[in-house]
Amino acid sequence: MSLVTPEFGLLFWMVLIFGIVFFLLAKFGFPIITGSVDERSAKIEQSLKDAEEIEARMAEWKVEQAKLLEQTRKEQSLILKEATEAKARIVSEAKAEARQEADKLLAQAQVQIQAEKESALRDVRREVALLSVQVAEKVLRQELSDTGNQRAFIDQLVDEAAQAELHS
Amino acid sequence: MILTALILFLLLGAAPASPDAVDVPTIIFDHIGDEYEWHITEWKGKAIAIPLPCIVIEDGVHVFTLHHAAEHGYTLNEKGKLVNADTGKRPLDLSITKNVLALIISSLLLLVIVLWTARWYRRHDALKEAPTGLTSAMEALVMIPHNIARENIGEEDYRRYSPYLCTVFLWILLNNFLGILPFFPGGANLTGNIAITMVLALCTFFTVNLTGTKHYYKEIFLPDVPGFLKPIMPVIEVFSAFMKPVSLTIRLFANMLAGHIMILSMVCIIFIMAKYGPALSGGMTVVSVLFGVFLDALECLVAFIQAYVFTMLSSIYIGLARQHEE
Repeated sequence: MSLVTPEFGLLFWMVLIFGIVFFLLAKFGFPIITGSVDERSAKIEQSLKDAEEIEARMAEWKVEQAKLLEQTRKEQSLILKEATEAKARIVSEAKAEARQEADKLLAQAQVQIQAEKESALRDVRREVALLSVQVAEKVLRQELSDTGNQRAFIDQLVDEAAQAELHS
Repeated sequence: MILTALILFLLLGAAPASPDAVDVPTIIFDHIGDEYEWHITEWKGKAIAIPLPCIVIEDGVHVFTLHHAAEHGYTLNEKGKLVNADTGKRPLDLSITKNVLALIISSLLLLVIVLWTARWYRRHDALKEAPTGLTSAMEALVMIPHNIARENIGEEDYRRYSPYLCTVFLWILLNNFLGILPFFPGGANLTGNIAITMVLALCTFFTVNLTGTKHYYKEIFLPDVPGFLKPIMPVIEVFSAFMKPVSLTIRLFANMLAGHIMILSMVCIIFIMAKYGPALSGGMTVVSVLFGVFLDALECLVAFIQAYVFTMLSSIYIGLARQHEE
């Protein structure tokens, strides 16, 4: 049957034409297409891998960032606390110093006042003594203007002296 | 196919009174066989055909059309082949027959499509933009055999064989589909012709056996088997190496031929039933048209599967021949 016996003419043409088609396509057709597509799929694969890596790194960064943020917040509160403490300390120190200063001033003032007072008293005493001497002088001069009185006075002085002698 | 059915139906309508029985085998074998002219249809009892050059080599080259065969001393024998009118012998016949013309047309079509696709990649940076339209469709098709090659031959040297497998795959696929088309330039039963499938299978055979590794030949001639098998195994292996292209040939040829015959039979039913009255023939027409549609859809599937299987098996054979010692 002719169906299962290959015809020579067709064989000849098939070999020739298929050969030419294969040669042309293998040289100018398929390698360009498959090469480009392979390159592109390689690139896509690489990009996907890169994206995954970046995503992982991003997640890492996020964790790190959160950690950093927390640390910062802790530090912030610590600093705030320290600042408050420092404020209180400075204030209290200032207060204490002020009080000390005031005490010192007060003490100085008191000393000065005491001194002033004493010197004033001394002056007063001196004045009083002088005055009493002058008064006594004037009294004595008046009383001892006559001889009877002079004598009585001398007697009195002698008595007093004698009594003082007896007492001691 | 439906178009063919319609055309044939109209033709039959032109001669409704014809009492002749429909000669189904002749119709079918005329369709699946080869011709010296491309018979397209008949119009008012006259055949409309594309005349093709008959090229015959016998004491010189004779070129003529079928109508002038007698002037050159040739005639058709009972199988429809050119023979010498005096001696009745077959000359060396290199005629551009219907199949050869279909072969030329489909090959040109494939060249244009693939080179057009390749042109896009030449002119564009595939890393920056993706193709659209025909190019992207072709890219998807081309990557099928390319990936088959990668899987079966291995990363190492699949690139050497990928162009061959791509050519085979797309060539078979295109011709399978053109074969399903009922009108010019399709309709030729190219992949259902044993000469065509034989050439394809021989290409695979030579590719496998001329580029095999040492390991491959050692496995054939000095296989690592027990002593008493040593003389037998090479015989079996060599036989199997030669049976591979035979099975490739027959598988593609028989599948495509069977598909053509089934569809043609469905169409022929319409004409066989024509003489049994309008009711029966009308009913059977509906049935056969439905079956015809189904078979056409099936053939589209088979067209793809057969191209795929041929490529797949070729790549597996090549892969086996490319194995290295472990």
